[in-house]
Amino acid sequence: MENFAHISYAVDTFYFLICGAFVMWMAAGFAMLEAGLVRSKNTTVILTKNVVLFAIACIMYLLIGYYIMYSSNAGGILPNFGFLIGSENTVGDIPSGGESAPYYSARSDFFFQVVFVATAMSIVSGAVAERMKLWAFVIFSVLLTGFIYPVEGFWTWGGGWLSAMGFSDYAGSGIVHLAGASAALSGAIFLGPRKGKYGPKGQVNAIPGANLPLATLGTFILWMGWFGFNGGSELKMSDIVSANNVAQVFVNTNAAAAGGVVATLIVATILFKKADLTMVLNGALAGLVAITAGPSAPSALGATLIGAAGGIIVVFSIIFIDKTLKIDDPVGAISVHGVVGIWGLIAVPITNPDASLKIQLVGALSIFGWVFTASSVVWLILKLVVGIRVGEEEEYEGLDFIECGMEAYPEFTKTSK
Amino acid sequence: MTVIEVKGYGRQKGHNEFYRGAEYKIGFVPKVQIDVVVADDQVEIVVEKIVSSAKTGRIGDGKVFILPVEETVRIRTGEKGVEAL
Repeated sequence: MENFAHISYAVDTFYFLICGAFVMWMAAGFAMLEAGLVRSKNTTVILTKNVVLFAIACIMYLLIGYYIMYSSNAGGILPNFGFLIGSENTVGDIPSGGESAPYYSARSDFFFQVVFVATAMSIVSGAVAERMKLWAFVIFSVLLTGFIYPVEGFWTWGGGWLSAMGFSDYAGSGIVHLAGASAALSGAIFLGPRKGKYGPKGQVNAIPGANLPLATLGTFILWMGWFGFNGGSELKMSDIVSANNVAQVFVNTNAAAAGGVVATLIVATILFKKADLTMVLNGALAGLVAITAGPSAPSALGATLIGAAGGIIVVFSIIFIDKTLKIDDPVGAISVHGVVGIWGLIAVPITNPDASLKIQLVGALSIFGWVFTASSVVWLILKLVVGIRVGEEEEYEGLDFIECGMEAYPEFTKTSK
Repeated sequence: MTVIEVKGYGRQKGHNEFYRGAEYKIGFVPKVQIDVVVADDQVEIVVEKIVSSAKTGRIGDGKVFILPVEETVRIRTGEKGVEAL
């Protein structure tokens, strides 16, 4: 019996670690996707942002974020403050703890959680691309990963008031994706659109990305990383029920992405008469975000449809936010992660009888309200104190030289700026 | 002969493209520009060859411009005139 406990502890710890590594790989996905959708002259900066935000997330969450998220009072709203990640389980903890004995390494839990924080933060990067000062972004990421995200993470996964109410968000459509999108929306609003994006008569000008192969690579990397993102959120592998659930989650995650791709392809072709690759890529991600709140309950077919709905929503959302609201989002992050994140939360009660639509909406509203408001305070202060947008001259020349001192494609000839 | 990738603007007109729901006009058409310097007595036959191989009969075939060249210098040897061609 004791041997079994040792082995299952090892299996579940291993599972957390591997899934965490998969989610870490999503950082490469975001970096490639964003690099592919911005212009050459701004590519170095966006790559730098992606690498730096990941590192900052890891450090801030280690220093204070994890404590806020997991050491606050059950059912509470106000978080506790403290440092670092506590101590590891000892061998003796397992048999002596009985039913509530830890069944995985405490460090593996931290590792699995920290990569989710980085994912949330990276959503912001795409929406504020091509005109934000690098250091303003860096400072913002310190605050989002160290405080803003952990607070709503506490409310939900950390046992706070939303989880006490029965809010259900298996892998984070709301907690990670909607949260990231809320911060992104706030940033994009305070920042303003790229110069030349919107014309004086209200026309929307296209600013094509520099490297669609990278954008596609990034999407596939995210798709694969998502197996760890959703798969790991079962939080266990070492018994038959859990193993079956994980398998269902993998199948559903994949199916939802597929549904998103096909739906977006069809919608984009109907609307634009062309198969817009960037929309299809967004569609895959929309499908993934849509299933993230509840990837274990639906059937594979149901997951495909949930993903497809996400794909349909995302196209209309991108157009609405761009054309009607005139909020410039170079990669569609606000739509993919925010609007579809809300759909993901709403979709849960369809197949999960333990969830209620009302509570899901309360959760969505709370997460959005908190992250949007807190982010806005930070953006406003940054805007007033150091400024968040580069100068007009610099925006025209491209951010890469002023912020990083180097071009992303130094030997490729440029035919136009 | 030097070949340069250029953008042309003329009767061929551009076309419309779509990017994430925004339609935009591409007025310029990608073209190839060939610069070749020949001796005076070769101009007619070179032009004839260029026209016959490039012609498709459709708008967008392009143009040949014949310009006088004052002097030519081969950098490696310093040769001038027709020897430098």
